[in-house]
Amino acid sequence: MVNEKKRSIWYYLKRDRFIYCLLIPGILYYLIFHYLPMLGVIIAFKDYKPFFGLQGIFTSQWVGFKHFMKFFRSAYCMRLIKNTLLISIYSLLWGFPIPIILALLINEVRGNLFKRSVQTISYLPHFLSAVIVCGIIRNMVSVDGGLVNAIVKAFGGTPVSFLSEPQYFRTIYIASGIWSGMGWASIIYIAAMAGLDQELYDAAKVDGAGVLKRMWHITIPGIMPVICLRLILQIGELMSVGSGKILLLYNSQIYSTADVISTYVYREGVGKMNFSFATAIGLFESIVSLILVVGSNAVVKKLGQEGIW
Amino acid sequence: MKRNKKYISGENVFQVVDVLLLTLVSLIIIIPVFSVVMTSFVSQSEIARRGSFILIPEKFDFTAFRMLWSGRKSIIRAYSNTMYRVLLGTSLQMLMTISFAYGLSRRNLKGRSLITKYVVVTMLFSGGMIPGFLLVQLLGLYNTRLSMILPGLMSTWNMLVMRNFFMAIPSSLEEAAIIDGANDVQILTKVVLPLSKATIATIALFYAVGHWNAWFDAMLYINDVSKMPMQNLLRNIITATSGISDLEMDMTLVETTPPTIAMQSAVIVISTLPIICVYPFVQKYFVKGVMVGSIKG
Repeated sequence: MVNEKKRSIWYYLKRDRFIYCLLIPGILYYLIFHYLPMLGVIIAFKDYKPFFGLQGIFTSQWVGFKHFMKFFRSAYCMRLIKNTLLISIYSLLWGFPIPIILALLINEVRGNLFKRSVQTISYLPHFLSAVIVCGIIRNMVSVDGGLVNAIVKAFGGTPVSFLSEPQYFRTIYIASGIWSGMGWASIIYIAAMAGLDQELYDAAKVDGAGVLKRMWHITIPGIMPVICLRLILQIGELMSVGSGKILLLYNSQIYSTADVISTYVYREGVGKMNFSFATAIGLFESIVSLILVVGSNAVVKKLGQEGIW
Repeated sequence: MKRNKKYISGENVFQVVDVLLLTLVSLIIIIPVFSVVMTSFVSQSEIARRGSFILIPEKFDFTAFRMLWSGRKSIIRAYSNTMYRVLLGTSLQMLMTISFAYGLSRRNLKGRSLITKYVVVTMLFSGGMIPGFLLVQLLGLYNTRLSMILPGLMSTWNMLVMRNFFMAIPSSLEEAAIIDGANDVQILTKVVLPLSKATIATIALFYAVGHWNAWFDAMLYINDVSKMPMQNLLRNIITATSGISDLEMDMTLVETTPPTIAMQSAVIVISTLPIICVYPFVQKYFVKGVMVGSIKG
């Protein structure tokens, strides 16, 4: 036993050499493609220009918080933070409960064939790429021949060019997000519901609890840990509205509601090559997100639920 | 008795409402997809005459598809770029994910928790879009097809799912193999992998769909149209009408050009068709994958 503890690190390296060999490519991968970019954020504190090359990352002039101050003082700053937060808060308010309700509906419905068909249909949009979903959205809201404008006309309205009017953007973005994500997000809840103790339901039936009461008093408390877990993950994302779908949908006419931090980072960084400035904004976003994840995890743990770590 | 009757009818009312709501949800999902398919068959004259949303065209017009056929060279090229990233990308991802997950699943490995932390940190914090973009340039990957593969060589989430699955394999099986004289390599190939076929298939499907649908990395890292995958060709066509010129079509083939909306729909149809065809058969694997992933390790 004493001998066991004295064994040197070489003993373990030799004993598990095959395992360490398996791990090396992955360790290198994380080093190169995840940790190097983390080091790369130092250009946020420097004046890095594209033509400086690799050594420019280290040799370029140190400017401290200049780029951050420039961003916080710019007219865009408040608009970007506001747009980002509004899109994610509304997405959370609408998009978070809907998969739970869908799961409850699917869980309670009788008839296996019907149940499975609804599930198959509702998961489908998850497998369509953002490009295709945005193509479908453009098709739906198109002025000539779109479904939404056909409905508007049927009710006596005049067709609207929805993607050039700022006030419709959030609705389009969030509704399409729910459309493509609700079925897939419901799977995890349906799985959690399937794991609940059937005897609880039988006992509640004997006691005369109707279907709604059983949902409220058995199903929802039963899946609470899963709900909390999903909620922490989503709160952590509040500051990071992905740029992908927005880049596919927006145009300069609707920047006032559609432009978010990540799309601005894209335009400044990749478009205008202001690498240092764009990195600074990206770093600000990452740090706020980190605080949100850690914070919400702590709150959930305080409330007596299991966190993500 | 009376009470019982009331209780049952309440249950039935709920069922009726439930079925109606779920039917509504299904229709909301199906109708946009269906209407895009139908729009691809609408002719210029019909859209001019009926002037609005057309769920079922009076006459199925194949002009849009005929035009796409004349531009098939670019479409086939884009598809082959997509296949490149799906096949090569998924294989490399599986190789990396399985090796790493298996390594991390070994409970008595020295430094295991340190390596796990090393990996999980990357889920919480990242350098962001621009440092990643600079890295690809500095590594000389810019405008190469490898730039769609290397930066996403492993998904931490999928790797952890795989690791949790490996850890759930009873250790008695491994011990029995050791007694039979198996070494580490044989334990992996003869015991662990055969038991994990379903999970491996599921994760490979996740990766493959991810590659099939990805476009953002190609937009950032590739500027040569001939190296772009299908999704990016589609994006150019959907977001800018000028994108249609990417297809290098022969306009003389058709008398009247199809409406833009029909062209866009037709491109959506041909790029979605493979997914829609395969989807019903592989759906259950994906669902299983989500279930495995939901068990915390």
